[in-house]
Amino acid sequence: MKQQIIVSGLGGQGALTLTRLLAEAAAALDLEVLTSETHGMAQRGGTVISMIKVGPFRGPLIPPGRADVGLFLALKNLAVHRLYLKHDAAVFVNSPVPGDFQNIDAQGLARQMGAAVAANLILLGFAAAREGLFCGVELMEDLIREKLPPRFRETNLQAFRLGVAAAG
Amino acid sequence: MGNEAMARGLVEAGVTLAASYPGTPASEILQAVPGLAREAGIALHAEWSVNEKVAYETALANSMSGRRSAVSMKQVGLNVASDPFMRSAYLGVKGGLVVIAADDPGPHSSQTEQDSRFFAMFAKIPVLDPSSPREAKAMVGQALRLSEKYEIPVMLRPTTRVCHARQNVPLFEPQRLERTAHFEKNPGRWCATPQYLRELHRLLNQKIAEIALEEEFYPVLTPGDDSFPGVCLIASGVALAHTWDLLEEMDLLRRVDLYQVNLPYPLHRHFISHIKLHYQRVLVLEETYPVMEMQLAGDQVQGRNTKTVPGEGELTPQVLRQVLERFLNLPPAASAAPPAGEATRPTLCAGCAHRAAFYAIRETFPEGIFPSDIGCYTLGLNLGAVDTCHCMGAGISQAAGFYRAFAAAGEKVPTIVATIGDSTFFHAGVPALINAVFHQARFILVILDNATTAMTGHQPTPEKGLTAGGQQAHPVFMTDLVRACGVRFLKEADPYDIPGFVSLLQEADRYCRGADGGVAVIIAKHLCILDREARKAQPAWEICVTEDCTGCRHCLDDFECPALHLDEATYQVVIDRARCSGCGVCVHVCPVGAIEARVTK
Repeated sequence: MKQQIIVSGLGGQGALTLTRLLAEAAAALDLEVLTSETHGMAQRGGTVISMIKVGPFRGPLIPPGRADVGLFLALKNLAVHRLYLKHDAAVFVNSPVPGDFQNIDAQGLARQMGAAVAANLILLGFAAAREGLFCGVELMEDLIREKLPPRFRETNLQAFRLGVAAAG
Repeated sequence: MGNEAMARGLVEAGVTLAASYPGTPASEILQAVPGLAREAGIALHAEWSVNEKVAYETALANSMSGRRSAVSMKQVGLNVASDPFMRSAYLGVKGGLVVIAADDPGPHSSQTEQDSRFFAMFAKIPVLDPSSPREAKAMVGQALRLSEKYEIPVMLRPTTRVCHARQNVPLFEPQRLERTAHFEKNPGRWCATPQYLRELHRLLNQKIAEIALEEEFYPVLTPGDDSFPGVCLIASGVALAHTWDLLEEMDLLRRVDLYQVNLPYPLHRHFISHIKLHYQRVLVLEETYPVMEMQLAGDQVQGRNTKTVPGEGELTPQVLRQVLERFLNLPPAASAAPPAGEATRPTLCAGCAHRAAFYAIRETFPEGIFPSDIGCYTLGLNLGAVDTCHCMGAGISQAAGFYRAFAAAGEKVPTIVATIGDSTFFHAGVPALINAVFHQARFILVILDNATTAMTGHQPTPEKGLTAGGQQAHPVFMTDLVRACGVRFLKEADPYDIPGFVSLLQEADRYCRGADGGVAVIIAKHLCILDREARKAQPAWEICVTEDCTGCRHCLDDFECPALHLDEATYQVVIDRARCSGCGVCVHVCPVGAIEARVTK
């Protein structure tokens, strides 16, 4: 099993939370995992990217053209980080408008929910339900319950399930 | 995370004191220590020291008392700690001392991309270079054992890609060394005057020569199959990890000899002669300076010095792939399209009080000079209120220098406003302020006090009265410190009140220019908006833009709040409700009064 995933967003959108959840999922499945994250100045609203490599890799970075999956929390990042994707990569984008990718208006749904910060989990639920990821919906739900702060548990689960439902 | 793995490594290795000052990419190391120690039931003193030099000296004395010690910092932190670092090589240690200096090739979040391994070589201190979080954790124990065997500090040098990588790592039972603190007086060593130092230097040279023969650190060979006779690759750190993955992808793994170096300084003596004897073409891959390349030096050796590898920047898989293709004479793979879009630049958070302070400063003194410092508030450069950013504490000394430059040239002195964060002020601002006051410089110093070290993840400052482990302590007050520096003009104000803050700035300027003027200090006090409790406690207004908005862009360009957007259709400003904190500061910003704050609930 080898899967390389990029999570692209803007600082504050929760790319790190998705990265951590995906790493925990790999660990729960007894798979080797390496991730790489953006910290520091860029976290203040700048462009950030995380990489998750599941399987027997040694380096934490994904070379251009090698990512199997792309999770984009910001549509405008597609232009910046598309180069990491394989031609046939599964690409999930938080965007109200469709394109040459699978889109979900995660931001709009999150706002309706009254939890604008939960758009990341809506996108994750969407991607997991579309079977784009190495791990399934149930495992992710367990991890959201166990690994994320308890006081946001219900909001996070609700957001994730909203994404799953939207996957149709 | 790699940083957490190293923290766990410290706990497992029986370290009893860990000190640090926060800085990307090293911050999460010490952050994780208290919790992990508590979990393991280990008595360990963890502290956020006031700066890296203090952290180093504190850890050093714990080591001189026979106990295992650790100090962690970002690479430029080692510049601050360089004084004790250099001398500790000569005088040595008792209990193991591991110096974790986290480098930032790229750089991603630093003032330089300097190579701490080079610093270690300069100091004659051995250095370990992990290629993954798992190795970084294991190397903590290795470093401490080596340190104790030779009574020498040992550096562990992870890079951003190790610090901020996550990986599953094995856990081991923490060692319980049960050592008492015992300090053996030895003035010839611990107070070494010049007469002793020549001998201590000879001993240091002898230690390094012996460490260069340690079998444990002979580089690890993954042999090739003679597809490339007389050729080898030598790599350390994360460059090795990327090279491994690339060779696998290119179907070249185990076809060309590949050495992993774990101890790049001192490079194993027999390894150097082995390479020279057996290979005609050698490629050295390392970040960021040519540390191994220089030790291997010879006609057959290529790397950064020979420009086979770019002389600067991170060795990403992209860069390494091209280097490998050229060196191994392979046809180049189709290169990926360059990014078509521009990355979004970071900005101060919506509701950040720094934005209010910067806006007031720039509006009050459009012709001013604005030296600043290191932290979130460096982003004040987006608002045109930060003209310099050099290194910790430099803004204050630079303000004094700018004053001297204009005053001595007999020219009209522009208003000089230095800005510095609270944590940075404690770190390196105090000596600079004493110096500026004593030498009668005249400028305004605005201390941006948000009661935390925000940029690196909200570590407490001495004024917070909270230790790294979360215990209460007596706070050290900023106002007391500023007064003790000899400052005679000191005011505190909340920058949210822009008109009030502006008049305070004007008053400070008059003081600076008065007959008996000097340094005027304003403490801009407002809690960090990322502090959830603080945010809840402050009033949140419902901000509205009225029809009067002329689309002049003043609030967008000169205030740059991420919650303000221009509606392209109406050419009027709209509020992004999801991001707006309701701070109400922008009400003071609109020149036509088109932004209104309404009371909510």
